[in-house]
Amino acid sequence: MNIGVGLPTTVPGATGELLLDWARRADAGPFSSVAVLDRVVYDSFEPFAVLGAAAAATSRVRLATMIAIGPLRSTALLAKQAASVHGLSGGRLTLGLAVGARTEDFEAAGVDHKGRGKRLGEQLAYIRGNVDGDRVGPSRDGIEILVGGLSGQAYARMARYADGYAHNGGPPRAFASAAGRALAAWGDLGRPGQPKLWGQGYFAFGDQARGDAYLRDYYAFTGPFAEKIAAGNLTSPRAVKDYVRGYEEAGCDELVLFPTVSGIDELERLQEALA
Amino acid sequence: MKVEIVGAGPAGLYLAILLRKLDRGVDVRVLERNAPDATFGFGVVFSEETLGALRDADPETHLAITDTFARWDRIDIRFRGRELSSRGHSFSAIARRRLLEILQQRCRDLGVALEFGVEVEQLPEADLVVAADGANSVVRRLGDFGTRVRAEGSKYVWFGTDHVFDAFTFAFRETEYGLFNAHAYPYDERMSTFIVECPESVWRAAGLDELDEQESLAFCEQLFANELRGRELFSNRSLWLDFPKITNQVWHQGNVVLLGDSAHTAHFSIGSGTKLAMEDSIALAAALARRRWDLSAAFVDYELERGPYVERTQDAASDSAAYFGRIASYSRLEPIQFAFNLITRSGRITHATLGVRDPQFTRALDAWLGGREVSPPPAFSPFELRGTRFENRFELVESSVAVSPEGRVSAEDAPRADGKLLLRLTHAGRRAATQPRSRGVDLPLADGWAVVAPTKRPYGPFGAIPGDPDEDAVLGAFVAAARDARAEVLELDMAHGYLLGSYLSPLTNDESDRLRFPLRVLEAVRAAWAGPLAVRLSVTDWHPRGNTVEDGIAIARELAAHGCDLIHVEAGQTVHDDRPEYRRGFLTALSDRVRNEARVPTIVGGYLTTLDEANTIVGAGRADLVLLDLPPTEIERSISPSNTVLLGEVRA
Repeated sequence: MNIGVGLPTTVPGATGELLLDWARRADAGPFSSVAVLDRVVYDSFEPFAVLGAAAAATSRVRLATMIAIGPLRSTALLAKQAASVHGLSGGRLTLGLAVGARTEDFEAAGVDHKGRGKRLGEQLAYIRGNVDGDRVGPSRDGIEILVGGLSGQAYARMARYADGYAHNGGPPRAFASAAGRALAAWGDLGRPGQPKLWGQGYFAFGDQARGDAYLRDYYAFTGPFAEKIAAGNLTSPRAVKDYVRGYEEAGCDELVLFPTVSGIDELERLQEALA
Repeated sequence: MKVEIVGAGPAGLYLAILLRKLDRGVDVRVLERNAPDATFGFGVVFSEETLGALRDADPETHLAITDTFARWDRIDIRFRGRELSSRGHSFSAIARRRLLEILQQRCRDLGVALEFGVEVEQLPEADLVVAADGANSVVRRLGDFGTRVRAEGSKYVWFGTDHVFDAFTFAFRETEYGLFNAHAYPYDERMSTFIVECPESVWRAAGLDELDEQESLAFCEQLFANELRGRELFSNRSLWLDFPKITNQVWHQGNVVLLGDSAHTAHFSIGSGTKLAMEDSIALAAALARRRWDLSAAFVDYELERGPYVERTQDAASDSAAYFGRIASYSRLEPIQFAFNLITRSGRITHATLGVRDPQFTRALDAWLGGREVSPPPAFSPFELRGTRFENRFELVESSVAVSPEGRVSAEDAPRADGKLLLRLTHAGRRAATQPRSRGVDLPLADGWAVVAPTKRPYGPFGAIPGDPDEDAVLGAFVAAARDARAEVLELDMAHGYLLGSYLSPLTNDESDRLRFPLRVLEAVRAAWAGPLAVRLSVTDWHPRGNTVEDGIAIARELAAHGCDLIHVEAGQTVHDDRPEYRRGFLTALSDRVRNEARVPTIVGGYLTTLDEANTIVGAGRADLVLLDLPPTEIERSISPSNTVLLGEVRA
C-alpha cells in the first residue's frame, strides 16, 4: 500500500507559501502522492490551481484531487483544467471526482444541484472517452481517474468510466465494505483486472483540539456526523499506525492522510510516525 | 448529575443498574407508564455472546438471569410431515416478566428510584434523559432524530403456551388459504413463546382480519394443535400486528439519547431485540465512564460503537423477515434443503459455520445432494441439465461471441464460436461500437459503426442514436451462430441492455408484447441447438419505471416455457442511469427468487469469491450453478500477470 499526504488547502492558517513548502517536502519524503480537497464556500484554495503550482514544486509524487466536485465546473473546462495539470506535471495527475454534498457550493457556483449525478456521468464519459479531444487539448491520455461516493450509482460510474475508487474515510471496516462494493461493480461492468482503491484519513499531532475544531467546522453541514468525523481524527503515532495497518489489510492501494492543523511540523511528525 | 430514564423495559433498567454501579453519586430515576408487574410478550432469547457481555457488565444480574434460564442447542424444523433437527446453536431464553423482576430488584438494591404509572408528556428536567420507552417512544417524538418507521415482513401474533418445547421450533402448516408458520421456543420450565405468522394475503383469505382476539387464538390453536400437543395458547393482548422496522439518523440530540427499541428494532424472526437493547445499555454506560460524563463525546462513542453492529443486525433481520414473507415458494424443496435454506436465510450462518456447529446436518445435506452417504460439499455435487452432466457446480467458464459484426461491443472482440464451456451468443444492440473495456465501458468509438435497438435513445452520454434492427437478419445470425457453436451450454444474452435485453424492458421498448422478438429468437435457437440452453436475464432493471423483480420472474417463467433450461441471473444495466445495489453476492437473493418462484434452474455470479459461498448457495437451493470471481492469489500473481482466463476473456 502506498501512502500519500494531503495538502492543508482547507485548514485555517495555511498560506500559499506553506502549501508549496509542504508539497516540496512531501516529494522529498516517503509519500507517493499529495492530494487536495474541493470546496467553494470556505476559506480554502482551488484544487487545480494548487496542483498546478505543486506540479512545479515537485517531480515525483502523484497529484490527486480527493475528490474534486465535477459538476461545479463545466465539462470542457474541467477537462481542460485536469489536462493542464496533467501536462504541467509530466503525467502525474490522479483525478478523483464525485458529485459533492453541499448545496451552498452549487449555489455559489451558479450551478443546479439537481441533476449533478447525470452531469458527473457525462463529464467522466467526456474526459475518459476523449470526446472533443482534438479540439479541447492538451491531451488527457493517461489521466488516472477515480470516482467517489457511496451510492450504487456512484459505484457504477466508477466501474464504467474510472480506474479506481476514492473512499471518503472512516474506520478500516467501513473502507472494506465500500471496497467490496467497488469490486462487485467492477466485475458487473465486465472491467478486466481490479480497480485501484484509495482511502483517506485525518490526523493532528500538535494541537489536537484545534484539529478537531476544524473538522467539526468543515463538516458542520453534515449535522451530527461532524462529531463522528472529529472522533476519528488520528492524534497519535500509534493511532496512525493502526489505521495504516487496518487499511492495508482491507486491500487499500493508496491511503492519503490529510492534516487538520496547518503547521509544517505536522508533516514532519507524520513522517516520523510512519517511519 | 441527574439521570432520568423513560421506560422500565430491559434496556432502561439495565442502564440504570450500570450507571449506579459506575457512580453512586449519580441520581438515577426510571419512569414507567405501566405497573411494575405489567408485561407484554412472553419470553426473550439471548445468545452466548450476549450472556458473556452481561456477565462482564454486572455479574449479579447475570447470575440471577442464568439461574432461571431455559437453555437448548437445537433448532427443529417441522415441514411437510418431516421433522429436521440442527444442533449446536446455543440459545437461552427467559420469561420477560422474570427478567424485569430481576432487573427491578437489582435497581432497588442499588438505589435507583423506580416510578411506575407515570405518563411522560414532556422532556423531564435532568442532566441526561434516556429514551428507553420502546418502539413507539414518546420521548423520541419530542425531538428530531430523523426517525423512519416501515412495516416489514408478514402479519404476526404473539402467544404463550404451556407446552414446553425442547428446541427452537419452526413449524409450517399448509391450509386452503396458504402457508402459516410458527416460531416457538421455551422460556422457563412451564412455558413457551409461540408466534404465528403468515403473509397478509393469506391472513385476509383466512378471514383473520375479521376475527377478534379469542377467535383468532382459537384458530391458531386448532391450526397448530399437533405442535401444541393439545395444550393451550395464552393471549396477552395478542393481536395481529405488522412489524415496524425503526431506524434513526441520529441517536442523540442535546442531552437526550435513544436506547434499545426507540433507537432501532430488528424483526422478531432473528430474536435479537432485547439482546440489542441490553448491549446498547452496556455500550452507553461504558462510553459515559470513558468520557467522564462528557455527554456529547460519550454519545458519539456510543453511536460509533453500536451503529455498524445494529445496522448489520437490522439488515439480517430484514432479510429474515422477507424470507418468511415468501416462504410458500420454498415449499417444494426437499425438507433437508428447505431446512438449510431456512437456517442460512439471513446470511449469518453459512455451510462452513454450520459444519462446525453441526457436522451431522451438513453431512446429511451433502449426502442428499451428492447422492452418496459420504459426499463432498454442495459445490462439488454433480448436476445434470438436458442430458449434460456437470461434475461440480462452479467450473463453468464464460465466453462470449457477437453473432454479427454490428453487434460487437468493440472492434477488438472478433466473432468466433469455439467451444468454451458456457458460450454466450450476444448482440450488443445500442451498447455496440465502443472503446475497449480496459479504458472504460460504453465509451463510444470516434469512428464506430451504426448501432440498432428498439428505442431511439442512445445508451449513454455521447452514444449514437440507434437505428431499427433488421429482426430477420438478427434472428438469422443467432441461429447461424447456434448451429456453429461448440460448447457444453449455449447462452442467449437477454441482459444488461444488449439488443434482446432492450426488447424486454419498458424503458427501452414501447411495444406492448415486449417478449415477442426475444421469444422468437429463443424458439429458433432452441430448434437449432440440442444441448442445454441458458438465457442471461436482467431480472430487475433497478429503475423506478423499469422491470421489477416480479416482472423478471414472470419473464423467466415465460422463457422456461419456451425451451430455456437455465436462467443466468443478472440485474440492471438495461439503462446506464439505473440504481444498482452492489455488494458481495448481490445477485444471490434474485437467483433464489427466480429459481424458487419461476421454478427454473439458475446460474449466478455477483462477486462470489469463496467456495463457502458456493456451497451455501447450492446447498440452500438458491442457484444450481455458480460463477465464482476468484481474484488471483499472491502465488498465482507471481506466476501469471493476469487472470483473464478464469474470468472469461470477453465478458461482453
